[in-house]
Amino acid sequence: MAVRSLDAFARMSIGRAFSSGVGLVAGGFLVLLVLVALLAPWIAPFDYAAQNLMNANAAPAWPHLLGTDEFGRDVLSRVIHGARTSLSVSATAIAISMTAGMALGAAAGYFGGFFERAVMTVVDLTWSFPDILIALIFVAIIGPGLTSTTFAIAIAYLAQFTRLTRAQIVRLKRETFIEATINLGAKPTHILLRHLMPNAIAPVIVVGMLAIGDGIVLEATLGFFGLGAQPPTPSWGAMMSSGTAQLFLSPWVIIFPGVAVAVTVIAVNLFGDELIRALDIRDRLRGA
Amino acid sequence: MILRYTFFRMLMLIPVSFSISVVIFMIVYLLPGDPIDNLLRVGSSPEDRAKLVAQYGLDRNLVVQYFVWIGNMFQGEFGQAIVLRRPVADLVAQNLPYSLTLGGLAFLFSSTVGMTLGTISAIVRHPVLDRMMRAFILLGSTVPGFWLALLLILLFSVKLGWFPVSGAGGWQSLVLPVLTIGFGGVALVARVTRVALMDARREDFVTLLHAKGLSSGTILFRHLMPHALLPVVTILALRIGWILGGAVTVEFVFGRPGLGSLLIRALGQRDYPVVQACLLMLALAVMLGTLIGDIAQAAMDPRVREKKS
Repeated sequence: MAVRSLDAFARMSIGRAFSSGVGLVAGGFLVLLVLVALLAPWIAPFDYAAQNLMNANAAPAWPHLLGTDEFGRDVLSRVIHGARTSLSVSATAIAISMTAGMALGAAAGYFGGFFERAVMTVVDLTWSFPDILIALIFVAIIGPGLTSTTFAIAIAYLAQFTRLTRAQIVRLKRETFIEATINLGAKPTHILLRHLMPNAIAPVIVVGMLAIGDGIVLEATLGFFGLGAQPPTPSWGAMMSSGTAQLFLSPWVIIFPGVAVAVTVIAVNLFGDELIRALDIRDRLRGA
Repeated sequence: MILRYTFFRMLMLIPVSFSISVVIFMIVYLLPGDPIDNLLRVGSSPEDRAKLVAQYGLDRNLVVQYFVWIGNMFQGEFGQAIVLRRPVADLVAQNLPYSLTLGGLAFLFSSTVGMTLGTISAIVRHPVLDRMMRAFILLGSTVPGFWLALLLILLFSVKLGWFPVSGAGGWQSLVLPVLTIGFGGVALVARVTRVALMDARREDFVTLLHAKGLSSGTILFRHLMPHALLPVVTILALRIGWILGGAVTVEFVFGRPGLGSLLIRALGQRDYPVVQACLLMLALAVMLGTLIGDIAQAAMDPRVREKKS
């Protein structure tokens, strides 16, 4: 299958995912969110780091629509800037995880043998562990911060992409057109890159899209433990972490970043479901 | 046949637990920071330091350290907590019951409520109920656990004053943590049960049973349930590990003692032996969960036995 037709196919499917009511709302929200994250410095009504101790823990009211935190910083501005941190960390992490997972899974599925068994043993091992535990261990090893959070998320979801890609490749390898290509004497790299991967990639991309949602939750959780973004960098998780001390005094500091996480993840899931329907790959996701 | 399967399945645990224990042992040596530094008094000499290092056996070859360590683990001898200065076994023994109680109750809650909700939503085909169910499942699988915990504290402890904010005294302190962990579990179990039942009722044998004139109740409980239970049991068993993982966050938020909060605290203090013991216990629980799930699956489905043994 030529790459160009895959591209057209993907564009058509994304269009179809947007065409349903749910898909339009969820997808529209995500597009808006990405825009907000990109334009954060221009959209945010206040400087996210500007402190005003005279106006600390103020309830939501004009001009601080979502209230202020313990340092009198504007919660709305911090949520807007937090979108930047949360989205970029999660998206980067999943991109790394997906690339590495596709390479590992494709190699394991294609070459088989000892290599496959070795990779899959490790993958199954990490697969059975809760992602938060894997991420916690990793962050503990290389220390807190956004970089280690990114890699921790990438490692936590590596097993998922490896399993899924391998399952696709193993299934495709049995197809007649691949056998024919092998018999025609094509090189393994050619078969993998030109024939197997283009056919295997759709479910991996959809799972990647869904994983961005999980990544946001994981980033928020690590941030909540104080292991992610360090002050004063705003991230949804870190905001809630510092907010716990003021839980009784100013609950809005915790409520709004949480709402941001929840709504984003729900939108990602709804849109992902629409994509699965549009691409008609529900069956292919079950195997892994 | 099932005994044979169980035997071989348990044999497989040996290499797996060996690799896990090596990883856990090694990971701790990659952690930054040195607990010995925390122990030394200001102005200690290098000799004092060397003595402490020797006392905890940190100067020996890594392989030797591993075998000493794993040998001790088998005897339930987890060593001495470096920062907390108490036997790790004591700390684990002290915290484990809290995690087990919380995990057990959350497991029970999510399986019973989840299966009931899933069954109801599969039988009662009402569009409104259907939508509510789908919304609930979506919320349960997406809302971060710690945020839900904070919201529950705000509502039930701060506003209504029904349950304590934190701590582990009495059954009241268990309600909110169980609800928090259970929420995600209920959604997951309900979804799996619902899908499994809906798939099962499309099978030909169900049509035949209806044609034979059996009542819907009999068909549901005698024929559909056993059929649909398979994926549910598998998910439930896998969930054991996840419940323990989820408990890490929830214990932290509610300030409950437990393996999770012990682990987080030990990670912060770089207390190697405690971190190792906690991880090992959690790993053990995950492995036992998968083992139970696999055996249950094999007991119910002959095809699984044939394929794997």
